[in-house]
Amino acid sequence: MTKTDLEELRVLITGGTSGLGRALVGELRRRGARIAFVARSREAVERTSREWPDVLGVVADVSKKDDTHPIAIQALGVLGGLDVLVNNASSLGPAPLVPLADTECEDLELALATNVVGPFRLTKALLGSLAASAREGRRPLVVNVSSDAAVSPYQNWGAYGASKAALLHLSRIWNEELLGEGIRVLSFDPGDMDTPLHAAAVPDADRSTLKHPEHAALELADVIASRIHGAAREDAMAVPEAVR
Amino acid sequence: MIPATLPVPRAADAKLLVVDAEGTVRHHARAEFLDLVREGDIVVANDAATLPASLSGLHWPTGAAVELRLAGRDSLSPDDVSRFVAIVFGAGDFRTPTERRPHPPVLQPGDTLQLGPLQADVVRVLGHPRLIEVRFHDSVAAIWEGVARHGRPIQYAYLSEPLANWDTWTRIAGQPVAFEPPSAGFFLDWTVIRSLRSRGARFATLTHAAGISSTGDTELDRLLPFDEPYFIPPSTAGLIDTSRPRGRVIAIGTTVVRALEHAARPDGTVRPGSGTATQRVGPHTRLRVVDAIVSGIHERGTSHYELLRAFQDAEVLGRMDAEAEARGYRTHEFGDSVFVVRNRALAGQDGVGAVLVGTSSFD
Repeated sequence: MTKTDLEELRVLITGGTSGLGRALVGELRRRGARIAFVARSREAVERTSREWPDVLGVVADVSKKDDTHPIAIQALGVLGGLDVLVNNASSLGPAPLVPLADTECEDLELALATNVVGPFRLTKALLGSLAASAREGRRPLVVNVSSDAAVSPYQNWGAYGASKAALLHLSRIWNEELLGEGIRVLSFDPGDMDTPLHAAAVPDADRSTLKHPEHAALELADVIASRIHGAAREDAMAVPEAVR
Repeated sequence: MIPATLPVPRAADAKLLVVDAEGTVRHHARAEFLDLVREGDIVVANDAATLPASLSGLHWPTGAAVELRLAGRDSLSPDDVSRFVAIVFGAGDFRTPTERRPHPPVLQPGDTLQLGPLQADVVRVLGHPRLIEVRFHDSVAAIWEGVARHGRPIQYAYLSEPLANWDTWTRIAGQPVAFEPPSAGFFLDWTVIRSLRSRGARFATLTHAAGISSTGDTELDRLLPFDEPYFIPPSTAGLIDTSRPRGRVIAIGTTVVRALEHAARPDGTVRPGSGTATQRVGPHTRLRVVDAIVSGIHERGTSHYELLRAFQDAEVLGRMDAEAEARGYRTHEFGDSVFVVRNRALAGQDGVGAVLVGTSSFD
């Protein structure tokens, strides 16, 4: 049976043409949400838009400051408002992974721009819409996609891990600060998934041990639904194991 | 007066000129705004985000360079983006004062304009050679993308550097439907909003498609403001209805006054939902909802200035001008502000207004 528990929910997902982001577009769409997604490649955006013509594809790069408002204008313009922002687009930094000592400065900067500064800017630009959603009683939220690398010092995951650690802390502080506006900011750790990002990080990984992104998308959709419908366990479900 | 020439929306030294209900003029720092708000007051702001509504391009029949400034639209509906009212300039950009800009070529219905990735036809000329209705050929998504990517914020020659969208969006900016910033909202930030709540005041928003403030043409300027669609959330209307008459309604900006007064019922309650403000607010307007306004420093004769005459008479506003001039208040969207409380003794303010006097005097 198809769940349609997210009818009319207005959602923006970054990194929507592969991995978790793409699976989440599919899952939320099945549940009735209205969706805009962002990805850098016009070709990939158009491919996804052809498959799901009712979904808005936005060609943009979250690591670029000048792309922030073009993303916001297109998503808000077409959706007519916003209830959920999923900052999912991520950069590994160096790919394949290398120790910090061998990480180029530019690769660290790219990881920070994509994984921390980009989500900060987009959230900031969309706060007005999310606060308006809250005043209309719609329980808006921001989900920042996290990783166990945000809390454990895995060798070779330095650029990615440090950027995700910053994002995790940003999420927790922002969640405290935005309580009064009725906006929640959650972190979601999907686990090790069989995605292009993971393949770039660990090219020789045994894919059979990795989680399907569709499975993680289902879990994240449930987290979103529990928040939207006011379930009590929303926080416990979303915070990574190690910081619970 | 001195124009504010740098896009600093929350300047630390910004000033606030206060005109109380009795017409007394006082001077504050803008940071002291919070001290003017009382428990039970409702502060209402326009949360429209600003479109990059200036589209440069060319007029196909002549090949002449043009700048189109989007200036009006029938509704706020996301799909209703094919037709716009627009003002057309000839070659050049904001660096040339609008009154000195070259005229565009003669525009005829059916002419095609190429505006970056977008194509539009002139549907009709609206009673002035530079005021037209245009229709975009593209799909809804392509129009939003074209405006988002090709458009630049509308701006004027008193600013020397090009504005970014970061400069024109207020902190509370939501739906991108304004053609120029609802600039009174620039001084609000999330810290101020939180402080309002902690003082027992309430914060609410509406969304009003703030239009163009100046065209550089006296005849065109006389047509301002154009009709402006707005949306008043049920939560905002409800808050106003239940809080008055004890709490005052403080409008952040002229657009909030225009929307709330357009949606006002004769008994002073507010009709929620969508509407289009078509009225001019001025000396003959009887305000039904709004008790005080925060606005920029506007020059006499502009529609924004005329709107203040619904709050205070010409004599008081004349004193306000003189003091603002003497103390070097800065004009324009990144300048200083006024806080004007309505004088209920004004000729227009009879009937319902008189019943609600009670606690509304400013102290």
